Amino acid sequence: MAGGAGVSGRAMSVDTQTVLKIARLARIAISEDEARALEPELNNILGFVEQLGEVDTSGVEPMTAVIPNTLRLREDAVTDGNKRAEVLANAPVSEEGFFGVPKVIE
Amino acid sequence: MTEFTDMGVAAIRDGVRDGDFKAVEVAEAFNARVEKAGALNAFLVTTPERAINAAETVDKARADGGQLGSMAGVPIGMKDLFCTDGVETTAASDILKGFHPPYESTVSGKLWEAGAGMLGKLNLDQFAMGSSNETSAFGNVVSPWRRNDGGDAKLSPGGSSGGSSAAVAARLCPAATGTDTGGSIRQPAAFTGITGVKPTYGRCSRYGVVAFASSLDQAGPMARDVRDCAIMLGAMAGFDPRDSTSLNAPVPDWDAALSGDLKGLRVGIPREYRVDGMDGEIDGLWQEGAQRLKDAGATIVDVSLPHTKYALPAYYIVAPAEASSNLARYDGVRYGLRDLPEGADLQEMYAATRAAGFGAEVKRRIMIGTYVLSAGFYDAYYTQASKVRTLISRDFQTAWADCDVILAPTAPSAAFGLGEMVGDPLTMYLNDVFSVPASLAGLPASSVPAGLNKQGLPLGLQLIGKPLDEQTVLNASLALEQRSAFDAKPQEWWT
Repeated sequence: MAGGAGVSGRAMSVDTQTVLKIARLARIAISEDEARALEPELNNILGFVEQLGEVDTSGVEPMTAVIPNTLRLREDAVTDGNKRAEVLANAPVSEEGFFGVPKVIE
Repeated sequence: MTEFTDMGVAAIRDGVRDGDFKAVEVAEAFNARVEKAGALNAFLVTTPERAINAAETVDKARADGGQLGSMAGVPIGMKDLFCTDGVETTAASDILKGFHPPYESTVSGKLWEAGAGMLGKLNLDQFAMGSSNETSAFGNVVSPWRRNDGGDAKLSPGGSSGGSSAAVAARLCPAATGTDTGGSIRQPAAFTGITGVKPTYGRCSRYGVVAFASSLDQAGPMARDVRDCAIMLGAMAGFDPRDSTSLNAPVPDWDAALSGDLKGLRVGIPREYRVDGMDGEIDGLWQEGAQRLKDAGATIVDVSLPHTKYALPAYYIVAPAEASSNLARYDGVRYGLRDLPEGADLQEMYAATRAAGFGAEVKRRIMIGTYVLSAGFYDAYYTQASKVRTLISRDFQTAWADCDVILAPTAPSAAFGLGEMVGDPLTMYLNDVFSVPASLAGLPASSVPAGLNKQGLPLGLQLIGKPLDEQTVLNASLALEQRSAFDAKPQEWWT
């Protein structure tokens, strides 16, 4: 991927090709014109967050929970189910109890 | 008697309980007022029949001598980020148009259980991404407030809970739910002269709340005074096994313990919040607010939160990163919009659906998030931002040695005009500068209306508390409310 080395004090920017690649990764269809318009917008934001590189974080653990909390285990029991009709009710296309999508395998 | 629509949560609840009036009369009054307020565009969906049904249930329970809940007879507005069983829920995005959840969010369910009724679903910034309510796919919410220059410039009600703030300020409902990821309850409350409370992260269940940034999203009440917020928060909070980050902690009776006597309380003034080029009126009001808390018995101490300036850049990595992951679910398969161009395959369908369904700001944040999480960039951005988040949290922990609660402005300006800031996403982001630190640290925080600026627009002050210490935040908020005596109302131009 084009661009610099992230939050490291080095100036960081994306070019149009990188914007197109990000859009592909994000599964958002954009045209080259849109990518060119997004380029300065994204670079403005990336330039702004770049200042995090100034902060000395050696020996600092990344924050994973705001309030110390442990992940709970629940009992291994079925608590839900038999809701096929409800689950499918909002699908744009459903057939015979399945979600409908374009053909995936030729 | 006061008009029903001028009453708050406690007044309505107590009046219904004491038999002064019927819950149905109240619901009818608010339904009628909502119907006439289309110009504010605060509601995306109105549900007058739900408000009436809930009220009838309360009236019947009272007639039968049954127990009444803490919100019995109070009709409220529901931010359209909360899934409501059978009622369209879109998060103000085209991509969820037509989505009728087959289930209820925990928070809304708890409010209905407490006897509240739903007037409708409130407009917001699309997926709660915005600070002005201008990113909704269904039009801007217009603040009921206008500048006192005689003009009719349309102002922002703040965001993302802008439908909630506008509706409460305009007396379309006595209270509304909000959600706060980086300031989305507090900033709109400040812009519209109402009170809002973001509780400690984990207090209110995220189950059934359309996800934006899961480590930050937190629901809370918005109402016209502190006590109403305390009552409503009591109904919203509580452990929920369906939310893995829900806090398994008892919910105190905040309303019962509410007191504006601050004797012995130490209020911290964070020196780093005094930023360059700060609005003089806001700075003045902040000092005035400190004096009011002192008059209530508190002592004022200077504190330091040295990493404050890094909160906003850390937020604009963490929030978009989590959003890009959360919003991956909108694929045109299971719910909402599908855009299937002629001959498109599955991948093209995903991309076309998301291009058509997401608004510009949502796309921008998903792309920023995708970039900072992509291979080779994760540590430099997301890990670094998460470490800075630890430092911001430690700043607060250090400050709690010297103070019990922190007083700061809620936002760096009063409400701005719709359209004034849209050209520059970064300037818009800077509006969250004072609200984001408490979000990153997961701390409870409120905004209380404390005065009007020279243009006649409300200004709010923020109180930030220790983890799980909503009580101190609420008590200091009450003391501020009592001494600010804010009673300004927007002139009614919209009916």
